[in-house]
Amino acid sequence: MEIPMTTDDVLTIGARRFRSRLFLGTGGYPNQKAMLDSLAASGTEVATAAIRRISLDGYGESLIDVLGGRVTLLPNTAGCLTAKEAVLTAQLAREALGLDWVKLEVIGDRELLYPDSEELLKATAELVADGFTVLPYCTDDLVTCRKLADAGAAAVMPLGAPIGSGLGIRNPHAIEVICARSPVPVILDAGIGTASDAALAMELGCAAVLLNTAVSKARDPVRMAAAMRDAVAAGWNARQAGRIPRRFGAEASSPQLGLIGS
Amino acid sequence: MTTIRVNGTAEPLEAASVADLLAARGIGPDTPAVAVALNGAVVRRAQWAETPLNPGDDLDIVRPFQGG
Repeated sequence: MEIPMTTDDVLTIGARRFRSRLFLGTGGYPNQKAMLDSLAASGTEVATAAIRRISLDGYGESLIDVLGGRVTLLPNTAGCLTAKEAVLTAQLAREALGLDWVKLEVIGDRELLYPDSEELLKATAELVADGFTVLPYCTDDLVTCRKLADAGAAAVMPLGAPIGSGLGIRNPHAIEVICARSPVPVILDAGIGTASDAALAMELGCAAVLLNTAVSKARDPVRMAAAMRDAVAAGWNARQAGRIPRRFGAEASSPQLGLIGS
Repeated sequence: MTTIRVNGTAEPLEAASVADLLAARGIGPDTPAVAVALNGAVVRRAQWAETPLNPGDDLDIVRPFQGG
């Protein structure tokens, strides 16, 4: 049965509205066709992109040309280590793409790619003041998420586990608490390994999931992209449907009367 | 010494403006999805032609790439 979409099913981030709750990264696919087919199979409307120096020997084919308007790009500030670098990268992205939103990354630990909350807050405030819709990639810490929302972030994007680790959501309770308390949408970003991780994120109350490596490095990226699409939809529907309470003992689902031999 | 740093690499300063330097790399005013920062500040596309380059300047030329 097709469940009709209601207005509640539309994801709103700042002034943007989406039907899909899956954001997909564009990095690390075996080839360009696998990337494009995965984007299509995932049903995503938002694909992330990095901003990097061009190679000095000239201008080649751009990611924009490749994507050809199939999805809305969400530029990131991946690799930035300070608020200053991240702010400039976001401003360059706006100039290059004409887009005023950004997945804000400020990394505090190069090994684990863990967010630097202090610099992240600073960059968020600066970019919000500069007119950006800011989606900060952050730790799974309730207070950090609240401070980011207070600073004007349009969504918060706590990590489930380190970027590219595929470890899943290491602290589901922390994510659930953030979802319950956040005044802005929560997008689970990083750590997803397989479809059940994405479904869990949605069941915990996330508004969307952002993932990349779980699809791009899967043995069959296109099939995994389809699995992620289904998992996000299933998790969202389960969350909206309302799960049953957990109980210690059994609760028979068959009638207790009329048993033979009674 | 009249050099400029372009994307982190020093080179002789031979272009008078940002637009001239970009043109030498095949980037014109209509090339999509390119952005430029001069000494840590964005130079809007409309200002490329009128922004002079000076010895010691630091220029970054960027565009979107595949990433997460």
